[in-house]
Amino acid sequence: MLQDQQIDNATATANRLSVRNIRKSFGELEVLRGISLEAHDGDVISILGSSGSGKSTFLRCINLLEIADEGEIWVDGEQIQMVKKQGKNIPVSSRQVDHIRAELGMVFQSFNLWSHMTILQNLIEGPVHVLKRPRAECIAEAEALLEKVGIAEKRHAYPAHLSGGQQQRAAIARSLAMKPKVMLFDEPTSALDPELVGEVLRVMRSLAEEGMTMLVVTHEMSFARNVSNRVIFMREGQIDSDGAPETMFSDAASPAFRQFIGSFRG
Amino acid sequence: MWIFEVLGFGQKGWGGLLIVAALMTLCVTTVALIIGAILGTMVAAAKLSGNKFLRTLGNIYTTVFRGVPELLIIYLIYFGGSGAVTAIGRYLGYEGFLGLPSFAAGALAVGIISGAYQAEVYRGAFLAIPKGELEAAEAIGMHRGLRFRRIIAPQVLRFAIPGIGNVWQLSLKDSALVSVTGLADLMRTSQVAAGSTRQYLLFFVVGGCLYLVLTALSDRLFTGAERRANRSMPSSFSQA
Repeated sequence: MLQDQQIDNATATANRLSVRNIRKSFGELEVLRGISLEAHDGDVISILGSSGSGKSTFLRCINLLEIADEGEIWVDGEQIQMVKKQGKNIPVSSRQVDHIRAELGMVFQSFNLWSHMTILQNLIEGPVHVLKRPRAECIAEAEALLEKVGIAEKRHAYPAHLSGGQQQRAAIARSLAMKPKVMLFDEPTSALDPELVGEVLRVMRSLAEEGMTMLVVTHEMSFARNVSNRVIFMREGQIDSDGAPETMFSDAASPAFRQFIGSFRG
Repeated sequence: MWIFEVLGFGQKGWGGLLIVAALMTLCVTTVALIIGAILGTMVAAAKLSGNKFLRTLGNIYTTVFRGVPELLIIYLIYFGGSGAVTAIGRYLGYEGFLGLPSFAAGALAVGIISGAYQAEVYRGAFLAIPKGELEAAEAIGMHRGLRFRRIIAPQVLRFAIPGIGNVWQLSLKDSALVSVTGLADLMRTSQVAAGSTRQYLLFFVVGGCLYLVLTALSDRLFTGAERRANRSMPSSFSQA
């Protein structure tokens, strides 16, 4: 038993991200009912599911924007320390929480760029103030990142003066500026006009090709199918099915998942 | 012309004293605004906190100091405070009346009232910050203090400028009430000048004009600050 635990912890240490049996309730409503996931270096995992299936909550539990009531989370071999208080997990150290968050890049549905800062200031804010790195170095890196996501000319503009697609690309660059171990995407294209979705997906695709470990909550079936190497389908707070896109999008898929995709094809 | 004589800067002229009085009004109001900003920030934080006791305390503060006449607060602090100081003096063996300095008492009184209004301004400004931006700050690993310094404070200030401009104007006029304590502010000096020259109409009109000059100038200052702070907003916003 003890040996099993040790082997178990060894895999958690080797993986980029390891989530064990996460549970979360909001009042009476149990949103996550025991979810586990292992992500290896370079994994691109698409998390699909209808609204209310708990996929966003799951993502938010990983970087502790929500605190799961139960379960373990390991990021790059480091376990987030929790204590039980009235049967629910509470992080032991807010310093560790901040440190873990700095290692996880988060991209939100509504971009959430800081509106009082220019795009460049948004990018260097974390590296300069959280990681306490030299400003000049951060600016150089930030400019390279903006070049990469194709909005270098907007670096001195404020977020409100950018299109949704440009804002989301800037938000991705802001996360990348922290040199995260894992990137979490929470429906990154759901708030965008259809014609702007492509430019954001292209950036995400090139990230995946560079070997970034990514967890992507999405409704973009083509991304799940063609870019990710693993697809997870969530249903009622649990993982209904989990596999490579080739098997998931074949006849072998679970009936619930086939019905779910069917609703997309209309 | 006698008007130039009484308003001039010569021996019989009140001009110099009126200018000094206007500066005094400006001083009292500025100190009051600073006291109010400190109190207002604390009260706003209390009202926004998760702690029920603090929230209640904050609510009591804003309800009391917005609901009671300014003049009463000034009397309360000046005479009430002086009474307390006198009592302490008597205890220490000093017979007779001990007064609080009228400048300090006045600035404190106006500051306390201003704090009640500023608290509401800051609270509203905090609530105007998009929730997602605070979440993004958490998600990038900012600790509480850093979030306040880098994300919350600058945005609260930006959203608060129009409201603070308003509170400043109110405080500027409230400061006239401080004249009841004998402080030689613009109100008090106009009154004294009017009484001793018997030119009531002239001096009250001149006093009023000087108040208008102060409010108009400060209004321009706040509008400028507002425009500067709104550079980052969509263009329709900064024109408003």
